[in-house]
Amino acid sequence: MNFKGKDVISIDDFSKSEIIHVLKTAERLEKKAMPNILKGKILGTLFFEPSTRTRLSFESSMKQLGGNTIGFADAHATSVSKGETLHDTIKMIEHYSDAIVIRHPLDGAARLAAEAASVPVINAGDGKNQHPTQTLLDLFTIKKAQGKISNLHVGIVGDLKYGRTVHSLTKALSHFHCKLSFVAPPALRMPVQIIRELEEKNIVYSEHERTEDIISDVDILYCTRIQRERFPDPREYERVKNSYILDVPLLKNVKKNLKILHPLPRVNEVTTAVDRTPYAYYFQQASHGIPVRKAILALVLGGLR
Amino acid sequence: MKKPLVGEIGFGTVIDHIPCTATFKVLQLLGPQDDLVVVGNHFSSMKIGKKGIIKIANKILTEKELSKIAVLAPKATVNVINNGKVQQKYKITIPPQFKNVIKCINPNCISNHENSGTLFCVISANPLRVKCNYCEIVIDKEEIQLQ
Repeated sequence: MNFKGKDVISIDDFSKSEIIHVLKTAERLEKKAMPNILKGKILGTLFFEPSTRTRLSFESSMKQLGGNTIGFADAHATSVSKGETLHDTIKMIEHYSDAIVIRHPLDGAARLAAEAASVPVINAGDGKNQHPTQTLLDLFTIKKAQGKISNLHVGIVGDLKYGRTVHSLTKALSHFHCKLSFVAPPALRMPVQIIRELEEKNIVYSEHERTEDIISDVDILYCTRIQRERFPDPREYERVKNSYILDVPLLKNVKKNLKILHPLPRVNEVTTAVDRTPYAYYFQQASHGIPVRKAILALVLGGLR
Repeated sequence: MKKPLVGEIGFGTVIDHIPCTATFKVLQLLGPQDDLVVVGNHFSSMKIGKKGIIKIANKILTEKELSKIAVLAPKATVNVINNGKVQQKYKITIPPQFKNVIKCINPNCISNHENSGTLFCVISANPLRVKCNYCEIVIDKEEIQLQ
């Protein structure tokens, strides 16, 4: 399998075997440091939107493999503020770097950048569309937590309508015959388009309004934040907000192997008391950004095959 | 001899089997014409029940126009007329992709902010469903907006 030069734009572009190859490469890089495989390579990091974990983990990953980084974390200090198009920005940066990581507020910006660039482009989040490296690290985390990805029961809780991470994760898990349970208030249910894809693939799924309905049955509980501004009626938010806060009493009858994941940052949807239970796994999840992003960089830049 | 349903043309194009609700939309998308245009609607049709017909003199449809018609009237047929006779007849087909034909309905899509053009992949021909190459939104036929 040759990833050299491949763009990483959408989890939809990855076959099951390609996903597994990335995860195996991440395992290799976790076990063995390879400090010189990207020596002499430069990564352009173009963050048109704020980011902490994603940007820093990409930069750290590149440096750990012997490469270097250039870029910006604030588009206001660049020619973009003078009205330069994304296309023109990319046509310039492609001459300065061997690969480009981009985060942009507009949906589809990463695909446009990939069309413009002659070097590989990695999507670090485009609007509310895709964040494929987050999905790959989520899968890596599930594998680490449970020893496998296939045939698990995964509960996904929170804003399922607008959350890009839950859409990508659902699509990725559909490769692995997992049973999926979605928990959301009616206004924030999983979009029909994604439900339709699950049905076409004969994936077993269920939809619920309360976490209590599924928590004792799941192996993985993936929590996301519910934002007040997503509700057309603020009274509806007030009515449901506490239903989606995960606290220790809710964990009374859970399976022993349960692990709780969260893409972070959290606000109050998982209480800090949960951090001290054996089920909390979100900080380990965040740490997996390094091996997974190292794997992606090593593969697309030809450091590993 | 069978009398033509709407006036004949010597050279040009006849678009037949247009759903009645789409006849005037097809006419509108083709824009103003310099020559004779004959439009008929609500004719009986064995194929689709009731149909519309558009005849345009001295006009051959471009690929882009055919793509747009495919969105509105996927079962239409096109007759190319020369010397008053049908020289070529073919069914409209849904192409695998629509390039610069459909406008993305997602206001946050990059294609609505940069002069990138649009590209939609057909994920289902019947009923028509298309996916934006950029923002990946899936649009059903009823929501499609032509450029």
